[in-house]
Amino acid sequence: MHAEMLVLQFSREVVDQPIIYRLVKDFDLEFNLLKAAINPRQEGLIVMELRGHPKDFRRGLKYLRDSGVKVRKVAGEVRRNEDRCYQCGTCTAVCPTGALHIERPSMAVAFEATRCSACELCCPTCPAHAMEVRLNRSAV
Amino acid sequence: MVANYQVNKTYQEINEKIKKGQAVVVTAEEIIDLVRRKGEAAAARTVDVVTTGTFSPMCSSGAIINFGHTKPPIKASRVWLNNVPAYAGLAAVDVYLGATEPTADDPLNKVYPGEFKYGGGHVIQDLVAGKAVHLVAEAYGTDCYPNKRVEKDITLKQLVNAVLFNPRNCYQNYNCAVNLSNRTIYTYMGPLRPRAGNANFCTAGQLSPLFNDPYYRTIGIGTRIFLGGAVGYVCFPGTQHNPAKPRGENGIPLGPAGTLMVLGDLKKMSPRHLVGVSLLGYGCSLTVGMGIPIPMLNEEIAHYCAVTDEQLLAPIVDYGHDYPAATGRILGQVSYAQLKSGKMTLDGQEIPTVPLSSLVRAREVAQLLKEWIEKGQFLLGEPVDMLPGSEEIHCVRTASRDS
Repeated sequence: MHAEMLVLQFSREVVDQPIIYRLVKDFDLEFNLLKAAINPRQEGLIVMELRGHPKDFRRGLKYLRDSGVKVRKVAGEVRRNEDRCYQCGTCTAVCPTGALHIERPSMAVAFEATRCSACELCCPTCPAHAMEVRLNRSAV
Repeated sequence: MVANYQVNKTYQEINEKIKKGQAVVVTAEEIIDLVRRKGEAAAARTVDVVTTGTFSPMCSSGAIINFGHTKPPIKASRVWLNNVPAYAGLAAVDVYLGATEPTADDPLNKVYPGEFKYGGGHVIQDLVAGKAVHLVAEAYGTDCYPNKRVEKDITLKQLVNAVLFNPRNCYQNYNCAVNLSNRTIYTYMGPLRPRAGNANFCTAGQLSPLFNDPYYRTIGIGTRIFLGGAVGYVCFPGTQHNPAKPRGENGIPLGPAGTLMVLGDLKKMSPRHLVGVSLLGYGCSLTVGMGIPIPMLNEEIAHYCAVTDEQLLAPIVDYGHDYPAATGRILGQVSYAQLKSGKMTLDGQEIPTVPLSSLVRAREVAQLLKEWIEKGQFLLGEPVDMLPGSEEIHCVRTASRDS
């Protein structure tokens, strides 16, 4: 499973197309809409989390761009400062994707960056301020 | 109470073995299997010291600092360290810096939930990390102390004295926190999602010091301990120390009971074992690494040290309603084995469990203390007095609240 928070910008020409429907139907992707708006100039904006198999995700992203939708990743990526993290586990209370989870029986707190959706909930939650947001270079 | 034990060792005998580098030391996790295989008496004969460890936010912590007389001298009445207020109602240049004190201009919970990015605990960690800390002191001026304002950068090395002095640490057992309300709440037990979305707990369980000495048979006033990466001491029962809390058949308190007042030389401590922390929506604190050695005086001590997570129960408390309303209601009991497993059940609902206490670092502390003792660098301190509750249970209800 791969998930990313995206900002989609629709030009006037495509704003009336059922693009999100196709994204779900043809690419088997799940979406969670956080914001959707059409401005007075008839341009559309959507902020949403898109989730699915990495391969479908890539194909879906290509479809969006080919359809004339501008795609940006919302945030940078979240990284863990290994010097600051003292392996308590508080972050696992809020991590929605399980990227932060506890390994047993060691009770070590693992961070799987590939499962992270960069929602940043862990950042203010981490007592030691170990979770940091950095600019994601691969962001479009 | 005169008991007839098969094994009888004294502090002096164990310390002689430590000095010779012959003491057998195991952690409170390692002793479990040993007692299971060999029995309590044999384990007590083999082992000399059991080391415990814990690594958790402990809000009732702070540092006594003497920042040195200035020229001209000052009788400081208001003091800030990196803009965090310290209590200066002591003699001239003595101050007490509390771990939960936020920066003077912190927005607190005005923007909810507040982030409390920097506070007393962070200043303490910065000091032990060797960083310079900005000190501002103000005074009203007297004939003998004419100076009214001092501003300078200080480092831990330059301070005349710096003592970590924690009035209440090392709780013997603690609540398992859930939230039965309909909104996310932010507590000193971490964020709690609505409708019991998660259950947070905060002790090291079978490795935790006072779980291994439930009746304070060995941990007392004068016990030498591992504190913040250096040597420290138990100096008194902690505030709200309450040995009269209900106990299970195994003698283990079923809720927060005993506490310890501890101190040690801050100058020798390390930023790895004293970590300034921010608890979202709650405040600042200090995470303290503490380890206490338990001398294997007899088989009864082995019996208590062999306690397992399955036998340790935490009370489940609703922080959405009951805790802030101080109803004292307990929803049930859950074992630390269950809590550490990752899920528990409450009223038929499965809830993910979340630790706030670092077991990884607690093990590191117990292991470090074990190595110190094995190398003969750390001798056991025999208590000069025992803690209340060691001989008889005083039926004094000191507090209904435990935070």
